[in-house]
Amino acid sequence: MHAALIQFIVIPVVKIAVILGVVLLVVAYLTFAERKILAYMQVRLGPNRVGPKGWLQPIADGLKLFVKEDLIPAKAEKAVFLLAPAMIMIPALLAFSVIPFAPATKLFGLLPKAIPPYVTDINIALLFVLGISSIGVYGIILGGWSSNNKFSLMGGLRSAAQMVSYEVPMGFAIIAVLLMARSLSLVQIVKAQQAAHLWFFVPGILALGIYFICGVAETNRNPFDLPEAESELVAGFHTEYSGMKFAFFFLAEYTNMLVVSSLATIMFFGGWLRPFPNVAWLSFLGVVPPVIWFAVKVAGFIFVYMWFRGTFPRYRFDQLMQVGWKWLIPLSLANLVIVGAGVLLVKG
Amino acid sequence: MAFLSAHFVAIVFYVLAVLAVAGGVGVITFKNPVHSALSLLGTFLMVAGLFVLRHAEFLGAVQLLVYAGGIMVLFLFVIMLVNVRRLSPDAAFLSRRAPLAVLSGVVFGALIAFGVLAGSLGHPGGGATALQMVQGHVMGNTEAVGWTLYRHFLVPFEIVSVVLLVAMIGAIIFGRKDAGLEGRGGRMEP
Amino acid sequence: MNQYIPILIFTLIAISFPIITLLLAKLVRSGSPNAVKAEPYECGVKMPTTAYDTRFSIRYYLIAVLFVVFDVETIFLFPWAVMFDKLALFGFIEMVVFLAILLVGYIYAWRRGALEWA
Repeated sequence: MHAALIQFIVIPVVKIAVILGVVLLVVAYLTFAERKILAYMQVRLGPNRVGPKGWLQPIADGLKLFVKEDLIPAKAEKAVFLLAPAMIMIPALLAFSVIPFAPATKLFGLLPKAIPPYVTDINIALLFVLGISSIGVYGIILGGWSSNNKFSLMGGLRSAAQMVSYEVPMGFAIIAVLLMARSLSLVQIVKAQQAAHLWFFVPGILALGIYFICGVAETNRNPFDLPEAESELVAGFHTEYSGMKFAFFFLAEYTNMLVVSSLATIMFFGGWLRPFPNVAWLSFLGVVPPVIWFAVKVAGFIFVYMWFRGTFPRYRFDQLMQVGWKWLIPLSLANLVIVGAGVLLVKG
Repeated sequence: MAFLSAHFVAIVFYVLAVLAVAGGVGVITFKNPVHSALSLLGTFLMVAGLFVLRHAEFLGAVQLLVYAGGIMVLFLFVIMLVNVRRLSPDAAFLSRRAPLAVLSGVVFGALIAFGVLAGSLGHPGGGATALQMVQGHVMGNTEAVGWTLYRHFLVPFEIVSVVLLVAMIGAIIFGRKDAGLEGRGGRMEP
Repeated sequence: MNQYIPILIFTLIAISFPIITLLLAKLVRSGSPNAVKAEPYECGVKMPTTAYDTRFSIRYYLIAVLFVVFDVETIFLFPWAVMFDKLALFGFIEMVVFLAILLVGYIYAWRRGALEWA
């Protein structure tokens, strides 16, 4: 076969297929994990009927949504109503095109030369992920608008206002990391942490806190789950959605959680690196493959997400906007200046 | 296959360009403002792709983040705020502005023709490279932008912050309660 | 340039994913639509108005404008941050001045109540 064909088409397609498959499977089981974890936090059992200990629950849920009737309200804007779930799902998946979860590998000697398992690495990977995630907001606005339902429209607009508000401090928090990493390539950010002999959460502890709070708000998760506040907006922007279209909104939320957690892992916790990558006597930790380290760290963040949901009551909308604009923005700006001054001092 | 790999950049360019222009046409032909806005979003995304194709990765990302991710949200908010559902075709309004439209169309067309003739658009994707030399180091696009902007264009850069300040203050003055924008019609609490 | 080809492929696959899934679901899903099901779900009360008659607070517009301003500001910070080691103290002071000017706008917005939501 044509060498270029293999290099530019076959290998990427195989990688993408594997990554999409794994991401969708993980996302399906995140819904299960969330229900189980919440159940144990509330001293109940959670789903335990479908399959051994309930392990087939996500499959059953998926099948159910797949065969369910797909209602389109009579007064809805049909074209936009159809487009909205796709507009939230596609960007969520696209973020995984640049997320590096392990370094170049020979797959235990199965391959003649080491190739990177992630899809690609670009110079502006971090900006790409931020940009593509900011497209997801249209799925929510348009889903709310096209339903022609007051609650949906209000939920959609609220959510959009919330997402854009928290994007600002999130950006400032990320800049603080860039001051230390000095690259927008996610692979380079991980390598910078190896070179610095330090994971960036140590100097960037405040940035990590701000980033994660904003990440929770961006994904519309508790305690910032105003858009779907069931007690006042029924279900917010996706009230009118059913069947697979509803499933896309649902899956996109979990996919975005995965993206936020992966970015947090890459920027603050050394990505695929084992703990203390430069300490020789800990080299036995290298037995565990890098991708497992990455998965464990991401799982940690996901658990915190669920822990939040089990712990905090929901904010009121005005409180939420206050937290974003009056607390997080000044705090993240101050953090930026402090980290900048710190980097200058250390470099002498 | 050989044709595809030889003309890959050109093919991608033409697909993106055609979609971008189609989006632009959609903006002015759709009756529903939300459909127009979506069409414009498509144009923004395609233009971001064109920037990347010309190795201006950073500009592509800016296009994605600021135009597609920021300014479009503003447009949609305004559309929903003033609540225009469907524009009625107002022939008188359009015909009064026709000469102005023709004039600006001609000027813009001349600019494009000049650009093409000047050869800067000779071959899509040709000429530019992804990596730049900065102080003897090979660097990416973002780094090169940073170096040029913050070394050589200090004053324009600081003026940008003043421009942004003016935009912010202007918006706040427009949005004032006593500007009469609020409270008309059946306003709903958020 | 070559590193963007996988992103192009990924985009095409990601776009086809919802389309294929929805088409497949169309083949197998049940469906018995009727007029009542197609009404807006608003607590079972038939609404005399539609969502398009609703108007929204001007604050949404303000938030969006402030967001665009801050977004542009953030964009300026990205190239600065990645070149920070080369720009050193000069770049640091430059950026502090930039942020200070915008801080004036932020304080103005705060004082004028543009950040309040009630």
